[in-house]
Amino acid sequence: MSFDSWYAFFAMGGYAFYVWASLGLTLLVLGYIMLGPVLRHRQLLRLQARMERRAERPGLAARS
Amino acid sequence: MSQSASSSDKKTRSKRFKLPLLIYQLASPPLFYKLSGKALPWITGLALILFAVGLVWGLAFAPADYQQGDSFRIIYIHVPAAAFSMGAYVAMAVTGAIGLIWRIKLAALVSKNCAPIGAAFTFLALATGSLWGKPMWGTWWIWDARLTSELILLFLYLGYMALQEAIEDRETASKAAAVLALVGVVNIPIIHYSVEWWYTLHQGATLFKFDKPAIASEMLWPLLIMLAAFLALFISNVLMRTRNDVLAQQLEQQAMNQNRASLSGV
Repeated sequence: MSFDSWYAFFAMGGYAFYVWASLGLTLLVLGYIMLGPVLRHRQLLRLQARMERRAERPGLAARS
Repeated sequence: MSQSASSSDKKTRSKRFKLPLLIYQLASPPLFYKLSGKALPWITGLALILFAVGLVWGLAFAPADYQQGDSFRIIYIHVPAAAFSMGAYVAMAVTGAIGLIWRIKLAALVSKNCAPIGAAFTFLALATGSLWGKPMWGTWWIWDARLTSELILLFLYLGYMALQEAIEDRETASKAAAVLALVGVVNIPIIHYSVEWWYTLHQGATLFKFDKPAIASEMLWPLLIMLAAFLALFISNVLMRTRNDVLAQQLEQQAMNQNRASLSGV
């Protein structure tokens, strides 16, 4: 460990704002960019399941 | 007569440059969907592990810089983001060109999906650079060649994405966007060499040069791990988005067939 204490670690030698803001922003932006396609994939899988259920009952599909 | 015609036909066909067969096979959407589905958890898991290890090592265990103190630790985010903001662009342009020349639809999709994460990396490179520049240079921003060309990269990504969205027809959109991506490639060497060609506050290359890297090995290792983490994250993200597009297209096709079947059934 390059720091003597947790306090020194969080203080980052006086550069706490710059270092932690960089990290926070990175986690936020990358989290957003990674989560988007995960959620869309789930949505598509739900749609696929719905379509398969409908395909199994063609009579219902024709009526709707 | 007919024999000679067919043989000359064969000759011209063999003269035309073709991609290796493997690329065509992998570019078949169903096979791509299956294989990428198997690889994705591993690549994503690897990305997350590398990211965690690299960050903890870089932020807590690497020694402080003798000139810049602990502010230099921003390097562990800034350099990988900047490197792959350019890497993602090159990948976007190359796959765009493959889609354009050999009409491989999957390549066009991959090209399209390089843009969001490429733009995110570019934004992060600019933002973390700004957060690093303020304590070291005394300014958030300077209109020098390195910063300006990186900003242009962000605009190229945004323009590329806007163009993809603006054109309704998928094929036309990907062709137009590929041309834009290829023209914009000229910006990549400008970004890389800007710190040598023009006067700048930005420091010179640390890693990507022909000499030995100008960094101590205790600082270098976490940086290499973070570079690998960003690369794995990029691959994972592009694969996820491309798989979604393949699935969405398949469902669209399926829905059309179902509607036709139900209409003819009535």
